[in-house]
Amino acid sequence: MSMTPTEVQTTGITPHPMLPHPYRVQRVRRETSDTFTLELEPQTGSRELTFAPGQFNMLYAFGAGEVPISISGDPARPAVLVHTTREVGAVTRAMRKLKPSDSLGVRGPFGTGWPVTAARGADVVIVAGGIGLAPLRPALYQILAEREHYGKVALLYGTRTPADILFRRELQQWHSRFDLEVHVTVDRAMGNWRGNVGVVTSLVARAPFDPQSTLAMVCGPEIMMRFTVQELEQRGVALENIYLSMERNMKCAVGWCGHCQFGPTFICKDGPVFRYDRIQALLAIREV
Amino acid sequence: METLERILIEHHFFQGMQDEYLKLLAGCASNVRFDAGQFVLREGEEAHQFYLIRHGKVALEVFAPERGSITIQTLGEGEVLGWSWLVPPYRWRFDARAIELTRAIALDGKCLREKSEKDCCLGYELLKRFSQVMVEHLQATRFQLLNVYDAH
Amino acid sequence: MVLERESLGTLFEALVRQGYKILGPTLHEGAIVYDELTSTSDLPAGWTDEQDGGTYRVKRRNDGALFGYVVGPHSWKKFLFPPVLRLWQAERRGNGFQIEAEQHESTKMAFFGVRSCELHALAIQDKVFANGTYVDPLYKGRRDRVFVVAVNCGQAGGTCFCVSMNTGPRVSSGFDLALTEVLEDGHHYFVVEAGTEAGLQVLAELPHRPAEEGEKEAAEKVVARATAQMGRRMDTTGIKELLYSNYEHPRWDNVAGRCLTCANCTMVCPTCFCSTVEDVTDLKGEHAERWRKWDSCFTTDFSYIHGGSVRSTPKARYRQWMTHKLATWIDQFGSSGCVGCGRCITWCPVGIDITEEVRAIRGTDVSGRSGKESSHGNTREDSD
Repeated sequence: MSMTPTEVQTTGITPHPMLPHPYRVQRVRRETSDTFTLELEPQTGSRELTFAPGQFNMLYAFGAGEVPISISGDPARPAVLVHTTREVGAVTRAMRKLKPSDSLGVRGPFGTGWPVTAARGADVVIVAGGIGLAPLRPALYQILAEREHYGKVALLYGTRTPADILFRRELQQWHSRFDLEVHVTVDRAMGNWRGNVGVVTSLVARAPFDPQSTLAMVCGPEIMMRFTVQELEQRGVALENIYLSMERNMKCAVGWCGHCQFGPTFICKDGPVFRYDRIQALLAIREV
Repeated sequence: METLERILIEHHFFQGMQDEYLKLLAGCASNVRFDAGQFVLREGEEAHQFYLIRHGKVALEVFAPERGSITIQTLGEGEVLGWSWLVPPYRWRFDARAIELTRAIALDGKCLREKSEKDCCLGYELLKRFSQVMVEHLQATRFQLLNVYDAH
Repeated sequence: MVLERESLGTLFEALVRQGYKILGPTLHEGAIVYDELTSTSDLPAGWTDEQDGGTYRVKRRNDGALFGYVVGPHSWKKFLFPPVLRLWQAERRGNGFQIEAEQHESTKMAFFGVRSCELHALAIQDKVFANGTYVDPLYKGRRDRVFVVAVNCGQAGGTCFCVSMNTGPRVSSGFDLALTEVLEDGHHYFVVEAGTEAGLQVLAELPHRPAEEGEKEAAEKVVARATAQMGRRMDTTGIKELLYSNYEHPRWDNVAGRCLTCANCTMVCPTCFCSTVEDVTDLKGEHAERWRKWDSCFTTDFSYIHGGSVRSTPKARYRQWMTHKLATWIDQFGSSGCVGCGRCITWCPVGIDITEEVRAIRGTDVSGRSGKESSHGNTREDSD
């Protein structure tokens, strides 16, 4: 059960890995009622952070605490560091109240990334549930930047209601491209919604990709990922071509605190992106 | 009739069915069309048909007086709408409304029910397929119930 | 080499001269713990300990042995990986803030009386904090300046099983000096071995002489006595596969019925390294600090995420601890996480015995994947 990292990039590590670097808030953008995006730039003393899609940073709000948040921006534009998160606790609440030119502490980037390079030559299906779209967005940016290297590319996105749809304008732009299929669905809607209603797994059956030559990247609540894998498997996608992003409690992100262990893996360094077949047995064990 | 039969033969839902049954089904089939906003079926009405959606989108809805109509699922091209015709009391449990111009093939479920009573093999072939539809809906509904996207 | 008992004090003096703070075993409130030593008279001369599941008592010996006991509730990790440690401080500056890292401690430490199992434990924690992708500079700064005076055990404790884990009782590496205490016919001396240049240099300052054959043999006998006395045994054959294939073994429910999730085992274990981080601020919100504290996978919040804990039941938490210690640790760090010191058995208030739990799972392992023939109901005699 030994793990090998997929697509790791490490830059910006200082002498003490637990020391945050100060970054300045450029902008706080409200995405939905409970989700917001931070756009950050490095302050003097900190440098531009380059990252691989799928990686995360530890973000520190002065006096409130530190939380792991996936990077949701464009890896080709490191001058602006982008994070999208839900407001779920004291730290994220404090972050939502930040104003432009306020400071935030950043440590990272950490973890393994999506197999964007490995997917070259194949079809790609990206399945996102809820906030799971945020860690997948950088992968899509990178794929679209090198579009000629990929076959069919499909984005399947499901969330709770139309009001919870993230990155709406961007989704509409992507939807209008000829070289990208975008299917959005919601779990439920009021009568004036003209889009799909149904669980995101229902989009898998009709998505345009060749199961024999497809790489799938899946991110969202764990149940949603497990159900999505079932559908992908039913369509004939090999389990070693499916990648998930896992989440666990994290305190340090550098493999010392022990909190993020998932079987023999540390989510902070062996993940968060995992090849499905390598964690399949672990996902089947309760409370592991 | 011929065209309908070909459509049924090519439709994945009826894959593997014997030719004579497909002919029979074609005999019970007709082309229908619903404009955007038009109801396909209403909750409580007798269920005597089912539909193969060829083109367009249909929403399964429930109307709550204080909330308005709530869409619980949408069905699109290639999907099958309606299984209440197979199961007593043969009444629709939801409204179904076309969200956009929708063309479908309507099949006479009542007629097929009666024929299945006499020919069990036909009944089995239909039940095999519809139980699959029901299982998928059940799984999807259970998934929806879990409210996985809710904040905790 | 041989160092007479009366001359042991010169070793202390030599270390003090070189600027070391000496830390070692001392008797305190009914237990032999590790603390600062000012002279050899701080050592628990003439004391021994009796240990068993959930039991620890010190007892008087009928001789004056200085190291006639095994290990107590403390381990050396408290000096290298302190239970509470500030990582940095920060001050608000306008709408930003400035962070000040914690300075490295300048005191050099000499660990006096380190047992073989503990040397292995130090090496295991080194892998976590100093040999990975990320190096903890506070750990490394202290660790690099530690002088180790190891001791070969002359007796084994009631809960010891270092022989099963291949971690003792004889020290093999990782020490600057190693002592074997011999009390024979009124003659009390130490057979000394240097393990490093630094050790040789210190030894050179002490009144020592080459060991005679008889003395070397006596030292061998001391270690052999400890080897034969092990209080516990653990069969580690295929243990990783055994635990990987028994996540649903009924024994976990059995131990969950006894385990209080008190976290004692993780506190006393010399290799447990889990910690938590606390970000605190003063009332005005101008000054913030980040502290690191020992944590335990037995706490309910350890695995908290999205409104609940992944391991909410005691069963899941005990299983996590034991499976990590004996199995997943191997995949993570290349060795077992257990050194057979027995502390977790001694300090468990209900006497849960990790060797017995392994035996129980192995005895009724029906998965057939651990590489051994499953023997239902038989307890196995473990090989050393």
